[in-house]
Amino acid sequence: MTVDRALFLHLGLIAALLAFHFVAPAYHHTNIARIMVLAIYAMGYNIAFGYTGLLSLGHALFFGSGLYAAGLLAYHADGTAGIGLIAGLLAGGAVAFALGLFALRTAGVAFMIVTLMFAQAGYLTVLYFGSYTRGDEGIVIPKAGRMLASLDLSDDNTRYLVALALFAVALLVNLWLARSPRGRIMVAMRENEERSRMLGYNPYTVKLTALTISGLYAGLSGAAYALMFGYAGASLASVQYSILPLLYVLLGGAGTVIGPFLGALLMFYLIDYASSITDAHQFVTGVALVLLILFAPKGILGTIRERGLKWLP
Amino acid sequence: MANKSTPLNPTRRSVLTGMAAGGALLTTGLGARFAQAQSSEPIRIGFQLHRTGIGASYGRWYERTATAALNVLNEGGGINGRPVELVFEDDGTDPKRGAEVVEKLTTQSNCDLVMGTLFSHVVIGSAPRAGELKVPYLVCSEGHHVASGMLNRWTMQPGITDVKSQVQGMAPFVTSNLGKKITMIFPDFAFGHDHRDYFTAAVAAQGGEVIKHIAIPPTETSFTRYFPQIPSDTDVIYHVMVGPAVLTFVKELGEFYGSGARPQLFGFIDSLEAVDINSPGLEFLDGSHFWEGHPRYKQADASEHEAFYRAAVGVDDNGASVSDPADIATYAHMFSTWETLFVIKHAMEAAGYQGPADRQKIVEAIEAMTDFAEGQAHPQGPKTFNGKTHQTFGLQSITKVEGGKLVRVHQTTMEDGFYPDEVDYTTMSF
Repeated sequence: MTVDRALFLHLGLIAALLAFHFVAPAYHHTNIARIMVLAIYAMGYNIAFGYTGLLSLGHALFFGSGLYAAGLLAYHADGTAGIGLIAGLLAGGAVAFALGLFALRTAGVAFMIVTLMFAQAGYLTVLYFGSYTRGDEGIVIPKAGRMLASLDLSDDNTRYLVALALFAVALLVNLWLARSPRGRIMVAMRENEERSRMLGYNPYTVKLTALTISGLYAGLSGAAYALMFGYAGASLASVQYSILPLLYVLLGGAGTVIGPFLGALLMFYLIDYASSITDAHQFVTGVALVLLILFAPKGILGTIRERGLKWLP
Repeated sequence: MANKSTPLNPTRRSVLTGMAAGGALLTTGLGARFAQAQSSEPIRIGFQLHRTGIGASYGRWYERTATAALNVLNEGGGINGRPVELVFEDDGTDPKRGAEVVEKLTTQSNCDLVMGTLFSHVVIGSAPRAGELKVPYLVCSEGHHVASGMLNRWTMQPGITDVKSQVQGMAPFVTSNLGKKITMIFPDFAFGHDHRDYFTAAVAAQGGEVIKHIAIPPTETSFTRYFPQIPSDTDVIYHVMVGPAVLTFVKELGEFYGSGARPQLFGFIDSLEAVDINSPGLEFLDGSHFWEGHPRYKQADASEHEAFYRAAVGVDDNGASVSDPADIATYAHMFSTWETLFVIKHAMEAAGYQGPADRQKIVEAIEAMTDFAEGQAHPQGPKTFNGKTHQTFGLQSITKVEGGKLVRVHQTTMEDGFYPDEVDYTTMSF
């Protein structure tokens, strides 16, 4: 019964987003497409942080890898969106795997610092190769590179539906993973690594797998962002984009499948609304996050799960 | 939003078609009254503003300048007799947010077009969305991105000369008056690379030589360790820095040379926009030269239009706010918002603009423009507009620091800044 409720909830979210496509005002229609793409990134972050306990400050490296894999292929090699999405997915996963080989030899604060430094090196690499990447200014993805077979990703309706399709796959894979034996082992690592080791699991392998899956999500999201919104620039690989998914996950609920989407949604509209009423919108956002940490440290869905919906994955 | 149908969404289209049909039914019989009401509605111009982030000092003055221009424009009867509103929206000087702001101004705030963006990365991040929304996007950036052909038919820069033209115009003066062996110091990102590439080529064309490029990483906060790289036979140091560390850069350069002999200094005022040149530590700038798009200090031969503009925006003769002498204007760039607003007025009136369905006509009207005469609408000076490249070209000033003020010693000609077209946007589809 619990399994059904969880599955229905997630399928219901996908159905609601599909229904929204038909009735959404123009502004919110594009916003939700953007939020779904960013939610894939946050879901990936949640697999590493929320489920496995890996507090990374370097995920912008994985997001940026996907962004530039797709963007540079389209810009310099006339790559199409299909190739770009696959390249972005693989680039994010490969870079995460490579980073994990080194960074997972550390833990805790050291892991945060190592991942932050690698990501900063990645950001500076984008600037260093400015003749290819146009550095901080970035590149505009040509229209031909935004064609997914016969689908034009610069078209609002197509973009929304492709974003929804990617989001739906990412969400359901995340749900499957969270309820699979592998997902439970990841949670075990988060809760008590030494006890998990004593039970026969190899923490290094489990965490490396989780980080690689996380990188696949981030890379796919980065590629989708570049191809759907037509731009790849260094600011999207900056430290700010390592912090954003962390905030999304903390707000929505770490270790919940829908939490990253909810966090991305609320954070987007919090910034959007606050910026329309005050110059100090960053202050408003900061206060909201402080209040959240004080009164609902497990995030919105984490708190709901704690107080009633125990079956929430 | 473009409601182009696709095989994926017949139902959405049918829903929207039904809504449109319902709306049409509701207005049946009221058409004439509706058209009359619409024609007297305010024209809404979205302004993508760097209110926060690295461009905030520019944004503050862009907002003041555009607001002053708006007042003048409305006092003169608005556009086609309709009043005009500016809708400001902060983009945080961030390209992702920039694209969202273009979206918000167009589809939620119902603006007729969008203008005002300065920083190049925000322009480049936002322009694709403007093209998808098919909304005119008039930037005030001075970047070469528009004229290079990397953007789209809907993106134009009618209010300020681009950096390639600016540096090309500077080169003859530098090589003829300051020296032929030049060392360039610039930020190691795209803006700096534009200066490096275009100025190096322009100097070579004048028989000079850039003997050293010193690129400063964007994360740098102290610069002294770079200065020993300046070759001893350097005649001129060309510097162009931006961001929060510019004051430190200029001060440390002064400390490096002390009171001893130093090469001539030529800088882009970007290094000191919104900074008082009489700040402690900047004394060594006395006698050095700057590029200024529009001289910060009121010149002895200032035109009546320049005086009118300065008073309307609220800038004193020293380039500071009339209400706060410590609040220095970004004078070399901010005129672009004023002039762009008046280009919009002329384009809308030429196109007989009625509403968003006529947005394409605005672009076509601007593309048809060729010259802007100096006047109240163009206080910085006359300009030539290239409809093919969507780029304007104007006169540039070289000023010299004398007695704590920037005094113009040279003004380029229009032709100094011309270069072969790199794109013809008019051949692109909408």
